Amino acid sequence: MFLINCPYCGERDQSEFVSGGEAHIARPKQPTELNDDQWAEYLFMRKNIKGIQFERWNHAHGCRKWFNVARDTSNDKIEKIYKMGEQPPKL
Amino acid sequence: MSKNLRINNKQFIDETRKLSFIFNGKKLYGYKGDTLASALLSNDIHLVGRSFKYHRPRGIMTSGSEEPNAILQIGNDDALTEPNVRATEIELYDGLICNSQNCWPSVKFDIGGINNFLSPLLPAGFYYKTFMWPASFWEKYEYFIRKSAGLGKSPTKQDPDMYDHRYMHCDILIIGGGVSGLIAAKIASDDNKKVLLLEDKELLGGSLIYDDNDISKIDNQKSSEWLKKLIENIKNDKNIIIKTRTSLAAYHNYNFLLARQNLTDHLSVNDRNNKIRQRLYKIRAKKVIISTGAIERPQVFHNNDRPGIMLASAVKKYIDYYGVRCGLENVIFTNNDSAYETALSLHKSGTKLNAIVDIRNNSSSEIVNKVKSLGIQIYWNHTIVNTKGYKRINKVTIMKLNDKGNDVVGKKIELNCDCLAISGGWTPMVHLFTQSGGKLKFDNKDNIFVPDKTNLNQLSIGSAKGDFELDDVLKNSIKDTKKFLQIENSNFDKIDVKCSKEKEKKNIWLLPSDKPLSKTKPFLDYQNDSTAKDIKLALREGFKSIEHVKRYTTTGMGTDQGKLANMHALGIVADTTNTNMGDLGTTTFRPPYTPLTFGTIVGRNVGQFFDIFRKTPMHDWHVDNNAKFENVGQWKRAWYYPKDGESMHDAVQRESKAARESSGILDASTLGKIDIQGTDANEFLNRVYTNAWSKLQIGKCRYGLMLNEDGMVYDDGVTTKLGENHYLMTTTTGGAANVMSKLEDYLQTEWPELDVFLTSVTDHYATASVCGPNAKKIINKIFKDLDLSDESFPHMSFKEVKLGNINCRVMRISFTGELSYEINVEASYGKYIWEKCIEAGKEFNITPYGTETMHLLRAEKGFIIVGQDTDGTMTPVDLQMDWIISKKKYDFIGKRSLYRSDTIREDRKQLVGLLTDDPNEILEEGAQIVKDENKKPVNMLGHVTSSYFSPTLKKSIALAVLKEGKKLKGQKLLVPMIDKTIKVTVSDTVFLDKENERING
Amino acid sequence: MKNKYSIFSLIKNAFSNHENWQRAWRDPEPKKEYDAVIVGGGGHGLATAYYLAKKHNLTNIAVVEKGWIGGGNTGRNTTIIRSNYLWDASAGLYDHALKIWEGLSQELNYNVMFSQRGVMNLAHNLQDVRDLKRRTHANRLNGIDAVWLETDEVKKFCPIINTSQDIRYPVLGGTLQRRAGTARHDAVAWGYARGADEMGVDIIQNCEVKGIKRNGDSVEGLETTKGFIKTKKIGVVAAGHSSVIANMAGLKLPLESKPLQALVSEPVKPIIDTVVMSNAVHAYVSQSDKGELVIGAGTDSYVSYTQKGSFNIVEETLKAILELYPIFSRMKMLRQWGGIVDICPDASPIISKTSIKGLYFNCGWGTGGFKATPGSGDLFAHTIANDEPHKLNAAFNINRFVSGDLVDEHGAAAVAH
Repeated sequence: MFLINCPYCGERDQSEFVSGGEAHIARPKQPTELNDDQWAEYLFMRKNIKGIQFERWNHAHGCRKWFNVARDTSNDKIEKIYKMGEQPPKL
Repeated sequence: MSKNLRINNKQFIDETRKLSFIFNGKKLYGYKGDTLASALLSNDIHLVGRSFKYHRPRGIMTSGSEEPNAILQIGNDDALTEPNVRATEIELYDGLICNSQNCWPSVKFDIGGINNFLSPLLPAGFYYKTFMWPASFWEKYEYFIRKSAGLGKSPTKQDPDMYDHRYMHCDILIIGGGVSGLIAAKIASDDNKKVLLLEDKELLGGSLIYDDNDISKIDNQKSSEWLKKLIENIKNDKNIIIKTRTSLAAYHNYNFLLARQNLTDHLSVNDRNNKIRQRLYKIRAKKVIISTGAIERPQVFHNNDRPGIMLASAVKKYIDYYGVRCGLENVIFTNNDSAYETALSLHKSGTKLNAIVDIRNNSSSEIVNKVKSLGIQIYWNHTIVNTKGYKRINKVTIMKLNDKGNDVVGKKIELNCDCLAISGGWTPMVHLFTQSGGKLKFDNKDNIFVPDKTNLNQLSIGSAKGDFELDDVLKNSIKDTKKFLQIENSNFDKIDVKCSKEKEKKNIWLLPSDKPLSKTKPFLDYQNDSTAKDIKLALREGFKSIEHVKRYTTTGMGTDQGKLANMHALGIVADTTNTNMGDLGTTTFRPPYTPLTFGTIVGRNVGQFFDIFRKTPMHDWHVDNNAKFENVGQWKRAWYYPKDGESMHDAVQRESKAARESSGILDASTLGKIDIQGTDANEFLNRVYTNAWSKLQIGKCRYGLMLNEDGMVYDDGVTTKLGENHYLMTTTTGGAANVMSKLEDYLQTEWPELDVFLTSVTDHYATASVCGPNAKKIINKIFKDLDLSDESFPHMSFKEVKLGNINCRVMRISFTGELSYEINVEASYGKYIWEKCIEAGKEFNITPYGTETMHLLRAEKGFIIVGQDTDGTMTPVDLQMDWIISKKKYDFIGKRSLYRSDTIREDRKQLVGLLTDDPNEILEEGAQIVKDENKKPVNMLGHVTSSYFSPTLKKSIALAVLKEGKKLKGQKLLVPMIDKTIKVTVSDTVFLDKENERING
Repeated sequence: MKNKYSIFSLIKNAFSNHENWQRAWRDPEPKKEYDAVIVGGGGHGLATAYYLAKKHNLTNIAVVEKGWIGGGNTGRNTTIIRSNYLWDASAGLYDHALKIWEGLSQELNYNVMFSQRGVMNLAHNLQDVRDLKRRTHANRLNGIDAVWLETDEVKKFCPIINTSQDIRYPVLGGTLQRRAGTARHDAVAWGYARGADEMGVDIIQNCEVKGIKRNGDSVEGLETTKGFIKTKKIGVVAAGHSSVIANMAGLKLPLESKPLQALVSEPVKPIIDTVVMSNAVHAYVSQSDKGELVIGAGTDSYVSYTQKGSFNIVEETLKAILELYPIFSRMKMLRQWGGIVDICPDASPIISKTSIKGLYFNCGWGTGGFKATPGSGDLFAHTIANDEPHKLNAAFNINRFVSGDLVDEHGAAAVAH
């Protein structure tokens, strides 16, 4: 059970949050220009990294804000939390 | 009590409070302060159980949670009985009833004992090698295996007890109230930290509190006396919260820990009424100090499992704490100095100690010298090669060890005893440390695993980190705690500790016997009956990893989870395979530390608190009017309103006829409602719905279909334009929360540039939907000034109107195909407006209808229900709703997916109508549709999604999804049921009023 | 030829004090080159090797395992076996496996304790009823033995379920597949390992794959902690770590690896004689031959390779258990653990070739892979040996995520597998 430091509310129990999976997969601006492979890449393919993953979390039972987390999926250690729209940190 | 086993005047036992209890039907007595185990022992009862596999007689072996044998069924009430309770952990209470488990007819004479003689046929893993012939017989074999497995019995009635949860936060959590934990607590408190101190026993102090030898001294006082003063001090310390009878169950990541407190298990049954039985603490600690101590190890030799064989530390505790002698003729068998403390306790209490057998060549420590000086016979460099006594040990046979320690030499010596106290050294309780993800390292000196690396803010101290001698325990605990808390000085810095120091060490994981190993039974895991032979067999058969050995032999998989067995198993594997124990590693310690009651884990969330009930403001009215309810998500929705014993079918027929012929009213409050505002609200709707929203005028409503990004239908509903930049979206009842989350997600992460605000208002409004040919008249009676003419208030439009002080939003929208008005009011007026409608509609026989009738009415019109007619695999095209996909919009959620190679196939499953050849035959929802049922495998074309008998059409109608359904209109198909085949014809999805005339009354 | 296991061999060996049992499998060092290498020594990987050797005469093959065989999800699951899946493709796949299960102990000469004690799925709301009936009809027409039970029949089949209609989500009925049941998970891995080893397959433990060597679009071999192994065919069956291996080859998969937890109670005498699953009140439970209640919990929502989930999942699961079985309130949790499950967006597996020649993946089993072990091994072996899928796994190709032709078992199988 992590403690997640919501950038808007502070440190809260993990059970207040919902994970939104890998971050920085922007929805294509022109989906119709993509072929099926490219669209599938956006829709389904994931790095599923063992190690530091940049991912999205939502404070669903709190402020309901989305934000980004850099977490090591091999030990669940949260390295960095940063807001939506910010660039991933160099770790 | 025939024998004089009770030593009087022990401070922890209240001899003024005699308690009676019943063991295996026999009434016995003990005192307040006893555990069930100490009370049994004071009655000279050792034999309390039978082992899992061989049904060997087994006695109380320990005085703590590591007990493998003395596990009993407590209570005989069907609801309150509890299986597998350790006699060593449960405090005695008046009227306690307990029984031995896993034996029949009794623990003294157990038919299962025959397994002991069959044991040559039952080596580790025997069941993998047999019971395979004949193949069909496995279930019969298994029946008997299952019958003989298991230990106690599950309750068979509902638990009447209450359980509770509490969150706790602290600066420092200290696990274990022994001397090191207490010192750490005091140091932390003196540094003004908020301390939470947990102790699983009733009293603080650990094993030092009953220490009674004259060698250990702290600040020149008897160590136990010094400790008592510290405890008094700590009890009055406002910075320290103490929870006793509280056992740490699990240590999770991020210093999240679970602890269970026993609140009533020590009380007599009558005193428990209306009290909470156990409480689960969910603890978040900034720092954690583990001071859980160590567990004594047994030694592994032939027949080391007889009743009367106990851990030396347990024998000592029963004397010094409980005032109970475990036997009158004692022998001690050890490989270390700690058992000599037991010797002193036996001596001091006037209990006969026949001899000490020590595998070491000698020891010259202070404590050993003291024992020597008492004239007690010590057999150095000897080992036990056998024991005798079926239901109670009566003899041990000892022999001298050879130089290497791998064989025995010389003559056998027999020693009489009715209690054998064994000690194989100590194992730090590193379970919690490893549960938390910590890594261990092996200490070759003491043959123990000790804490090494951790990612968490935690510290292990005392014997939990491998310090066993009092001066090490105290001085290192002080030093390490100070460092951990970054403190320069403490009040303990000048502490003066005196104790005996062990100089000679020797450890043999598997002691030799005069017989070959194959003829002996050296037990490792007492409960699961695994022996050193089983370990060696597993290794011979190629099970190399320690986890394989554990699983193949079941070593460490009993209710004690290997607390006694694991180290010896590892040692024997290491010795046999010539591996370094440090390289071998340990098996995983899994939570909980001791078994945790399901009820405690669940807490109050049982029965009516299992999940919330969401009720509409009109709920009470529905109850008063005999509604039956349907669960839709967490909502209770009125399903139908049977009158005078009507069946559901009859009620639905009546309700739907009324709605079609005069008027009906539905509570639509459960539909999800999202208030959308902002200058880009219109653009937002364009992006989330498949259809176009740009031209929608203020005061108008529009139906929208929402897709998932994979192109499949996700939700639907009507959205109303309330103002220039203000919309009210409705969603399905079940989908409301998910739609809200999804929209928020897109808005915050993909389209942050849009000026849009979303607010869930589902609970803020109540909705009464009045429909039918007389709906207009009813609405007119309520809102006299409202112009209901089609010109002023056409279908798919909205008006804001006041009823007294109540603001009403009236929408003319229809899910039934009838002229229909939905009145939305603030939730608190919901029941009022509902009753107002009922009153106004009385003269038109306004009929409340539930979800079932609603489903029927909409099916007659071919309107889909997302989730019933769709299943996450249907596109709008599949639903024959191509009209709702805007061709002009560049993009919307899910659009791109509609053009994938499979998604654009023409032969996908498509929504159709179905009519049965026999109009009275109602199809079963979920039934499959085929063309030919005889050709195997049967080619299934689709299934029935919705099916009803329509009283208006006087025939059965159904919606279905059907492969290439669009092309199959008019075709005859079959619906095969178990007992018959139903003939159907594919039809249009709209069964009633294709011209949409009813919508205008 | 290995010792044949039987009651007679057991008696015979008892006379020699069990000193003469042979190794169940060897402990070889890797050869320089194999015809095929299977990455992952779980049940699926070992079964794949077994069938490659047995049915396709490929015996110069190896299974490389990072830890110890059967130590991943094979040894961590709740051992439920059933084939009552909704879609034709799934039904075909899982029933193929179920048919092999029915003779597996004899085939392997290793008692995997396949126990056909039935699996019951409960319905708690009207949509559950529709969905389960739909599945039952589809199963029946697919030749799978599934029947619908009314609430009183549910109660009769498993009397300890609380079927009171006054509870929060009352039982409205259920489906029963009698041929379904449970098996002994470790035995499956060990039985396949022993069988494969006997045919010459090298099972190499403590051998972690560190890289995949490619020559253009073909594989050339594996870098491992025990050195380079040359091979033209690599079958990856690495469950939760599939993406890690895929990344080594420069591939991305439609997978997320999430924690899934399970727990057992202390052992008690027989109290529940079948497997009961429920989606809406999310819990599934059976009782092992040892007497422990075996309870499956749900997955967490985040990716993690820690084999640890969050406690509130366990809490929710036991909440559901006590709702359906209030008599278990005083039972105690003995052990609780987690595994890493690789989940596909459509909750169906991938048994497929890839864009790299000689590289095959068998993954995405999510929470329900154990039941498919024999079938999965058989079909993956076929796919590797022929470089073409068998017709039973054709639908489970990786391309379906591009074309959109998913095998969406979410509706029917959603969480409880």
